[in-house]
Amino acid sequence: MSLQGKVALVTGASRGIGAAIADTLAAAGAKVIGTATSESGAAAIGERLAQWGGVGMVLNVGEDGAIDALVDTISKEYGDVAILVNNAGITRDGLLMRMKDEDWDAIMDTNLKSVFKASKAVMRGMMKARWGRIINIASVVGAMGNAGQANYAAAKAGIMGFTKSMAREVGSRGITVNCVAPGFIDTDMTRALPEAQREALVQQIALGRLGAAQDIADAVDFLASDRAAYVTGQTLHVNGGMLMP
Amino acid sequence: MENIEARVKKIVAEQLGVNEAEVKIDSSFVDDLGADSLDTVELVMALEEEFECEIPDEEAEKITTVQQAVDYVTAHLNK
Repeated sequence: MSLQGKVALVTGASRGIGAAIADTLAAAGAKVIGTATSESGAAAIGERLAQWGGVGMVLNVGEDGAIDALVDTISKEYGDVAILVNNAGITRDGLLMRMKDEDWDAIMDTNLKSVFKASKAVMRGMMKARWGRIINIASVVGAMGNAGQANYAAAKAGIMGFTKSMAREVGSRGITVNCVAPGFIDTDMTRALPEAQREALVQQIALGRLGAAQDIADAVDFLASDRAAYVTGQTLHVNGGMLMP
Repeated sequence: MENIEARVKKIVAEQLGVNEAEVKIDSSFVDDLGADSLDTVELVMALEEEFECEIPDEEAEKITTVQQAVDYVTAHLNK
């Protein structure tokens, strides 16, 4: 129960990696607010987290002012956000030569700009508390690239650069900023891939299997805890040895 | 007016971790009191809370001395 009393905001907590992170932080004692883009999604998160006292809320990270409003509501109802997990993300895959501006912009807004906006929104509370954890979910693709994912890779690499700058800015205030870069994790997002592509990908993984959402959640749990107090500006790769940067 | 000056000086001393006696009306946060850029951002946050106002970023950047902070607060509390 190392996160007892801490308010944690996890974006994109409906399913997959975000759901595992929200559940794990809640089980560790944090007051978790998990977000979904729909009312029904938020309600489902609320039901799942209820056993630990967590709640679900609606957040569309691309919507103007939505993040500020949410962080404000959380502060008033539960206290300042101490742990922010920027997990919400989408894919709009396609070869560069066929990639539309909208595909690029959608990824940048949802996957990268949201990280900036959410981090900024929680910063005042963390600075006052002289304690904070920002954990950004990047991707192995941001470090190694992937054909068909130029937009996604650019956003994820952007998150890593953002993380390093933030870590330098606010380290003196007891706030750490890190990334977790998942490799090939068994989620809805990766289940959408063709079987042949999945098999080819597994060949690249030293451990010879896909990762589980819980593997990522455990890394986030570590970075959120006081055990990781001296870790900042880092990208923790959790990829079964798919990439060894 | 004096009351505002005293409150501002107290906050400056607390935020920047300096002795209140060192905080003069013409002290510059960065040059005289050793503040870094993040300290000045935090200082503005503390002023906002003390005086229950919101200082826009464009205005906040112009507040670099105790006098300027006192002037800003005075001007905006009278409104």
